[in-house]
Amino acid sequence: MTTDVGLGEPQVVTIAADEDVVRVRQLVRTVAVAAKLSLVDQTKLVTAASELARNTLVYGGGGGAEVTVVDGGRRRGIRIVFSDDGPGIADLDLALTDGYTTGGGLGLGLSGARRLVDEFDIDTAAGQGTRITVTKWAR
Amino acid sequence: MGLTAEESGRIAALLDTHADKLTASWTDTIAVSLRGRLTRAELLKQVQDLHRATLDALRSGDFDLAAAGSGALRAALVDLSRSRARQGFSASETAITVFGLKKALFDVVDTRGADPQVLADLIAAGLMIDDLGLFTFETYAKTREELIADQAEQLLELATPVVKLWEGVVAIPLVGTLDSARAQVVMERLLETLVETSSPYAIIDITGVPAVDTQVAQHILKTVVAARLMGAECIISGIRPQIAQTIVALGIEFGDIATKATLADALRHALRMIEASRKGRSN
Repeated sequence: MTTDVGLGEPQVVTIAADEDVVRVRQLVRTVAVAAKLSLVDQTKLVTAASELARNTLVYGGGGGAEVTVVDGGRRRGIRIVFSDDGPGIADLDLALTDGYTTGGGLGLGLSGARRLVDEFDIDTAAGQGTRITVTKWAR
Repeated sequence: MGLTAEESGRIAALLDTHADKLTASWTDTIAVSLRGRLTRAELLKQVQDLHRATLDALRSGDFDLAAAGSGALRAALVDLSRSRARQGFSASETAITVFGLKKALFDVVDTRGADPQVLADLIAAGLMIDDLGLFTFETYAKTREELIADQAEQLLELATPVVKLWEGVVAIPLVGTLDSARAQVVMERLLETLVETSSPYAIIDITGVPAVDTQVAQHILKTVVAARLMGAECIISGIRPQIAQTIVALGIEFGDIATKATLADALRHALRMIEASRKGRSN
């Protein structure tokens, strides 16, 4: 796997099976290490990516993840975009409530992932698919 | 692709007439590509076997790799690609072993001013070699897939040992990714070992798990609940600082399950509990 991190060159992983969640996790870890995130931030970002990638697979019916190193002036960050063409989220507030799940999980994936990253943006509507953008900055 | 009986006969004659030159040139091509990882003598032996098998197949009449007459050739190609795959050679290094014949043929047969018949035969032979190459490649890929499947299975078995740490205390060190399949194996192993050793305490050590997400946590929680139903108490150990912070941010609650930073702490905790219950009983 590549370790040199070029600014603005997105690395794309297709999410279609369980193994792909692992591949997303490994890619994010590699990029996070190269972007010099602290161990805690690496772990947080990898965990958030793991949650969101699994959501993309389980609820979105598969999709993709795009990992990019972004420049925020004095610091670098990592931006990951998860997108799927699934059913979308009808009630976003409810979906972001701790403990709410439609799939038998703990109901903490989406809300937890939001707490694990610095910036969290979600673009979804019923029948429109879901696109989640998260960013974590190196401190 | 099949050849007519006449084509087969002529190509066989071609291969036979130049046998020594062909095998030598063929071996050279492979040797260059493998860069000394197999000795020339070994390669020459393989090439001669392949050469003989190809000749036999061609002489059996109208050549077709799928036909009964080519059985020995297919077996030779299967053996070759299997051994290449198992020895860790790349796909192109394996393919060159077969395609080397084509280059050798073009080197050995003088095409300048040659009879059009010879040229046509060369093309037919080239197409035949492509078939052999494809077959080899397929076998190679299949062998690699088998190897990967075997290894995945072995990993599943390997990565989940349950060890008895002390009288009444078993531990299961988790390493790597805890997906649903592995979580199932882990839970079964742990519950079986609890019964076998009649241990009241089990330590689940997650030092080797790189990231604890909600799925991993849920698997662990389910295992703990199952163990409780059987009267055993679980302690989770190996929670490193970054994992602890991530778990807090995610909002996962381990409730009244005992968690410790290290396996040693967990063992000490278990022994203390065993001691306490023994004292309780003797009073």
